[in-house]
Amino acid sequence: MIVFEYIAEALFYALVCLTFTGGIVAVRAKMLMHAVLGLAATLFGVAGLYFHLGSPFLAMMQILIYVGAVCIIIVLGVMLGNTPDQLAAKNLTGRNLLLALLACFTAFISLFAAVISRTEFTSATEHVGDMSIEFVGESLLLQYCLAFELISVILLTAILGAIILARGGREGKTS
Amino acid sequence: MMISANLNTYLIIAAVLLIIGLYGMIQHRSLIGMLISSEFILNGAALNFMAFNRFVAPNPAVGQIYALFIMGIAAAEAAIVVSIIIAVYRKYQNEDPENLQDMKM
Repeated sequence: MIVFEYIAEALFYALVCLTFTGGIVAVRAKMLMHAVLGLAATLFGVAGLYFHLGSPFLAMMQILIYVGAVCIIIVLGVMLGNTPDQLAAKNLTGRNLLLALLACFTAFISLFAAVISRTEFTSATEHVGDMSIEFVGESLLLQYCLAFELISVILLTAILGAIILARGGREGKTS
Repeated sequence: MMISANLNTYLIIAAVLLIIGLYGMIQHRSLIGMLISSEFILNGAALNFMAFNRFVAPNPAVGQIYALFIMGIAAAEAAIVVSIIIAVYRKYQNEDPENLQDMKM
């Protein structure tokens, strides 16, 4: 039993490393395709973290929606994009890069301090339901029906908007 | 106590994801790079929701539903941004954000 706990702990470290490495690759990459690969690595890592947080359903959804759909859409966008050397020339350098790093580091330190010196979060005394897919599905259709309907409407609107934006002007000056 | 069973750990990981996204947003000089960075920020938010869901919340379905909601928003956002990029590319023949100074296409 204790061996499995250690294996899970080691996997947790590996997932955190995967997440951070992917993030650094994504922001430091010279080519956008490498940045998308870094994003995919991070999303896999976060899916593993969801698994650690006790929700295999959400981990699967993360891989299905983020890695399967969003990354593919972004790759589609990259194929319309810049050549690699143009991109590298346009990224921040020198003093601006230093300032950006400094600003982000300061923001991280302030967040870190807020987490460390936090108010005590007390765990809820009584729980309803569990982490199972059945309970999530039931809540989604009964108690949190509004969220379900809202996300449907948002996705429908996004699809329509994307079609209108992307195909406008295909037949010359129609719009 | 295992470090993976601690609320603070997940909060710090989410903060790092947020900062990575923020830095990428400043660093990248292309619309796609900014889109990728925004995905990091959204993931940090979803991870925070899941962490609080696991360790604090009384109803374990709420955090999962919120994270699913964020995933839906991210997918819609990615689709919209890519179609905007296609429209911008058609208009200006490149996707430099410096070009996007007026709303008129």
